[in-house]
Amino acid sequence: MSHTAPAFLAREDLNRLLQLLQGQGYRLCGPQVRDGTIVYDHLADTAALPRGWRDTQQPGHYRLQQHDSPRYFDWANGPQAIKPLTFPAREVLWEARRRESGELEFIVPDQALEKVAVIGVKACDLAALALQDQHFLQAEYQDPGYLARRKGLFLVGVNCSRAAATCFCVSTGDGPAIEQGYDLLLDELEEGFLIRSGSDSGAVLLAELPLEAALPGQIDAAEQQVQQVARSQQRRLMPVSPGSLMQQRQHPQWDDVADRCLACGNCTQVCPTCFCHHQQDLLQLSGEASEHQREWDSCFSESHGQLAGFQVRSTVKQRYQQWMTHKLDSWQEQYGRSGCTGCGRCMSWCPAAIDFVEEANKITGDG
Amino acid sequence: MNSHVFAPMRATVLDNIRESEGIFTLRLQLSDPQHRASYQFMPGQFNMLYLYGVGEVPISIVSDPQDPGVIDHTIRSVGRVTRGLAKLEAGAEVGLRGPFGQGWPMALARNKDLLIVTGGLGCAPVVAAINFALKRKAYYETINIVQGVKHSDDLIWRRQYEAWQALEGVEVFLAADQSGPGWPFHTGLITELLGQVTVDLKNTLAMVCGPEGMMHAVAESLLQQGLSAYSLYLSMERNMQCAVGHCGHCQMGADFICKDGPVFAYPDIRDRLLLAGV
Ligand SMILES: Cc1cc2nc3c(=O)[nH]c(=O)nc-3n(C[C@H](O)[C@H](O)[C@H](O)COP(=O)(O)OP(=O)(O)OC[C@H]3O[C@@H](n4cnc5c(N)ncnc54)[C@H](O)[C@@H]3O)c2cc1C
Ligand code: SF4
Ligand code: SF4
Ligand code: FES
Repeated sequence: MSHTAPAFLAREDLNRLLQLLQGQGYRLCGPQVRDGTIVYDHLADTAALPRGWRDTQQPGHYRLQQHDSPRYFDWANGPQAIKPLTFPAREVLWEARRRESGELEFIVPDQALEKVAVIGVKACDLAALALQDQHFLQAEYQDPGYLARRKGLFLVGVNCSRAAATCFCVSTGDGPAIEQGYDLLLDELEEGFLIRSGSDSGAVLLAELPLEAALPGQIDAAEQQVQQVARSQQRRLMPVSPGSLMQQRQHPQWDDVADRCLACGNCTQVCPTCFCHHQQDLLQLSGEASEHQREWDSCFSESHGQLAGFQVRSTVKQRYQQWMTHKLDSWQEQYGRSGCTGCGRCMSWCPAAIDFVEEANKITGDG
Repeated sequence: MNSHVFAPMRATVLDNIRESEGIFTLRLQLSDPQHRASYQFMPGQFNMLYLYGVGEVPISIVSDPQDPGVIDHTIRSVGRVTRGLAKLEAGAEVGLRGPFGQGWPMALARNKDLLIVTGGLGCAPVVAAINFALKRKAYYETINIVQGVKHSDDLIWRRQYEAWQALEGVEVFLAADQSGPGWPFHTGLITELLGQVTVDLKNTLAMVCGPEGMMHAVAESLLQQGLSAYSLYLSMERNMQCAVGHCGHCQMGADFICKDGPVFAYPDIRDRLLLAGV
């Protein structure tokens, strides 16, 4: 049975977990403070975790502050979650070589399995990972690179102990508590962690940790904490019934938001579920080889809807409509659920401080 | 298909035929005998063609599926890749991945009148259907080809149309919104011409390809005249990068044109045809 009741792990013993993972050949990846934000990157040990750091977020606003708290995960999120670990911003799909005879050769890079353990993944981002899995793996064609990277992931989730003002995962049904998709799951308390496993490989590791029985008070405190996070969320995305947002394309609010939107595409770059990308060739100077790359793209970019002699979406309004109607509406037809997991990043990182939830609610509200 | 979905197969240029100003047909053969042996396609499907060092573009297959050993693509040079492809000579190699997408419902059209309507500068997907049907004329009651252009000077394959018209059981109707001297055909909108076509709409399968506004006008006109909406198919076009439903570029509402299309039954796409920006 891989799902266990929670046990208690002292904060200073978290490093033991990291060591065990390294011992099993995992490269560690975890949150840390960089350039005034929380980013997931290679993690040496728990000393690098963002101890005592909390974020304040508002549309167009993100700040970190240091507090006198022993906690490592007392923040909501940073600009990017774990999407780049499975779907990197740029990668080489294959390389072409041309011999003097004119013959071509196509070389696919080795997709060797790399074991990566991610420490401290939040509920909204695990939900986003499940959506990316649906898109890249459960389709007619599987993405080979994504598959190799995904298979190598060991996921240590952490239930949120604090929501940013931009968070609305309660209304999308994706948080703040993590229910699935993890190997190990943490609840962070003042004195340490509750820990439980969600997979066989998680259970194996759990058995090697110096654990104590969790006290009823600790279990209670963890539950209270998650409920408190849920209650504290101020934003609520109203449900969008499939097809309804598409039918609201005449709503005047689109003109209003299009007036403010810069079409910079930041919202799409930080969104953990966005999957658009384009392909391009990079010819080496010698002329003997050419790298065929793929790179994240955005429905806000000029080239996204460009055809020979025809631009599908020439106005900012049309691009904003594409972004929002796809994410909240047609996504449901494609993947059986909305493409938004309530992380709030598209608001915090919008230079025009556009409030995605407020805009959507205004448009769907007058239905 | 290759083992790696994104890596092209090698294909040799057998011939590069100049069709008209800016239009050429590349005859390709997969270089690897194993790839050649397993390759199959249907009219209306497309390949991604790769030009070394430049990139990939989606191009319809216009040759006959009976002989997948020779793969023809009729291409208009408009930009970086297509202009480069235009210059290739026999013996050169390109990359090819495919075939992708849902083609025309050729089997559904059996024992029916076939009505093919195309607008603009020659539309490769319907050329595939026309070529397919002409080779199997006995399967179809009649084959009717309707082509509309903006200006009569835009008609590029006049000789081709004349050759088709000369065949028994085949009728060709041509229209130009504006015509210059020496245009013996209809002057006016393509929809006006549809009234002259003598197919039995109760027993017709229609295939339409062209700009979206034209497809919508043609479709609604045919429905009004009594064609059933499920006997009407359109071929759609969008920017394509991956061809397998991953890159998001060809989205049209909830559909990915590359895998759910490019050919759609009209009722499945009707609500989106006239929505600007979709
Ligand atoms: C399913 C499908 C089948 C097609 N079949 C044919 C065919 O049989 N014959 C033919 O001549 N053309 C066909 N096209 C159109 C052809 O793919 C584009 O004209 C071609 O991609 C332009 O590439 P380029 O590099 O030469 O032009 P570019 O230098 O890239 O630019 C020229 C213009 O084409 C646009 N464009 C770029 N990439 C694409 C793309 N992938 N899809 C559409 N437009 C693009 C550019 O944005 C620009 O406006 C088809 C398109 C689709 C989607
Ligand atoms: S909504 Fe904001 S982040 Fe998104 S494109 Fe517009 S200005 Fe940029
Ligand atoms: S749409 Fe905005 S809030 Fe929803 S998942 Fe994407 S970035 Fe997060
Ligand atoms: S071409 Fe990439 S999704 Fe259709």
